[in-house]
Amino acid sequence: MQPMTKIVSAVSAALALAACAAMQPGPTDAEARAKATAMMKTSFKESGQAKLDRLNQDETQALCSQYAGKELPKDVAERIEKANLASIRWPADGKYLGDWKRGEQIAQRGTGFQFSDDPKGPVGANCYACHQLSKEEISFGTIGPPLYQFGKVRGFTDDMRRYAWGKVWNAQAYSACSNMPRFGHATILTEDQVRDVVALLMDPASPVNR
Amino acid sequence: MIGTSRAALVAVLAAFAAPFVLAQGSAQDEIEKYRQALQDGNPAELWEARGEGLWKTARGPKKATLEQCDLGKGPGVVRGAYAELPRHFADANRVMDLESRLVWCMVTLQGMTEADAKRNVFGAPGRRSDIEALVAFVTSESKGVPMNVRLDNAAMKEAYALGEKIFFFRGGPYDFSCATCHAEDGKRIRLQDLPNLTKKEGAQRGYTTWPAYRVSQGELRTFQWRLYDCFRQQRFPELEFTSPASVALTTFLAYNANGAKFAAPAIKR
Repeated sequence: MQPMTKIVSAVSAALALAACAAMQPGPTDAEARAKATAMMKTSFKESGQAKLDRLNQDETQALCSQYAGKELPKDVAERIEKANLASIRWPADGKYLGDWKRGEQIAQRGTGFQFSDDPKGPVGANCYACHQLSKEEISFGTIGPPLYQFGKVRGFTDDMRRYAWGKVWNAQAYSACSNMPRFGHATILTEDQVRDVVALLMDPASPVNR
Repeated sequence: MIGTSRAALVAVLAAFAAPFVLAQGSAQDEIEKYRQALQDGNPAELWEARGEGLWKTARGPKKATLEQCDLGKGPGVVRGAYAELPRHFADANRVMDLESRLVWCMVTLQGMTEADAKRNVFGAPGRRSDIEALVAFVTSESKGVPMNVRLDNAAMKEAYALGEKIFFFRGGPYDFSCATCHAEDGKRIRLQDLPNLTKKEGAQRGYTTWPAYRVSQGELRTFQWRLYDCFRQQRFPELEFTSPASVALTTFLAYNANGAKFAAPAIKR
């Protein structure tokens, strides 16, 4: 950069800052977020298995909080998806499908990780809280898309099994700031449990695909 | 009388729990009928009556009643007070919701320690909470009054701004925030409808129907409890009663409900 350009850009940066300050008399968005985070850290106490470190956000959580209720910029979305995709642990033996019957139990179970829960488990994924899965279970939520016929519609292919694994392991690898917990990434479910949930979605014999 | 209404509630519950093999559409109709049936007799009235008694009873080391407690509209004015809370109180120099103000009055007027005032904030069978009863009484005195929370000073503006950030704060092992469940129209968790608290209509519906008698718990629950239990399900640590974050979040939600007639204590499943 030429010295003259440097000065010009420094001056315009200072002007832009001044303009911002004039437009926003209150705290900036970033200041409000920092204050709110500090306030939260004085407002909770550890309880059972839920320690205060649960209020420490990782980069994905911080970015998704920052852009919540606003449009997520494309470059930020790509950055989140890239980092989360890179963190997925694929099954060492290449086996994606476990037991759909156990997967159904995991999908029904809502306990795990609450301060009121036994830290020894059991832990579920509570899929039905947000998704339709089997046709038989009519008590399902609508925060996530319906997954009835998930495998049947998409095809029982290796690519789809791999995608289902990745989605359960870390949904934000494919959809930045998705509402869905990152079940494998956050070690909510074990690798075997992820396998069972993938079977619920992708086994042709699963009630999801009947 | 109480026994009869409880028995009736149990019978209604049983009637609606059984036919769950119905198709979802008609199951939702049935749940709606159940909700309407509940409105006939609300046990919250028992909490309201006990709360009024507590309000007028001399208690604490100073053997004083709460009748001189200033809920924002002057000492002793209860009618309509809840519809204007949270607000900034000059004597305490902070923003307070109803529960914070009740604790303040129990300490300053009745001479209780803060720890004593907060000893039993959420009741359980065989362990009744005085705070829940007092909240039932005070809120019942705002029934039908339009919500009118004012951001007319810097402290209230800041509480609202920080409350909004807390609403969208994603954290914990599940990445949940309040917004995970409460930022879109027409969503359900299992069969439970979720109000969109980021929009006026949803915030009004959600906020004006707390506190509520919870049939499933046999207890009257306050707004502080509502936030506490949401954060529990978000897998967060335990929200401290009347903590700054709880008051800021309440300010955000209560202000968003402005204009709607307050309609609690309500009754919910």
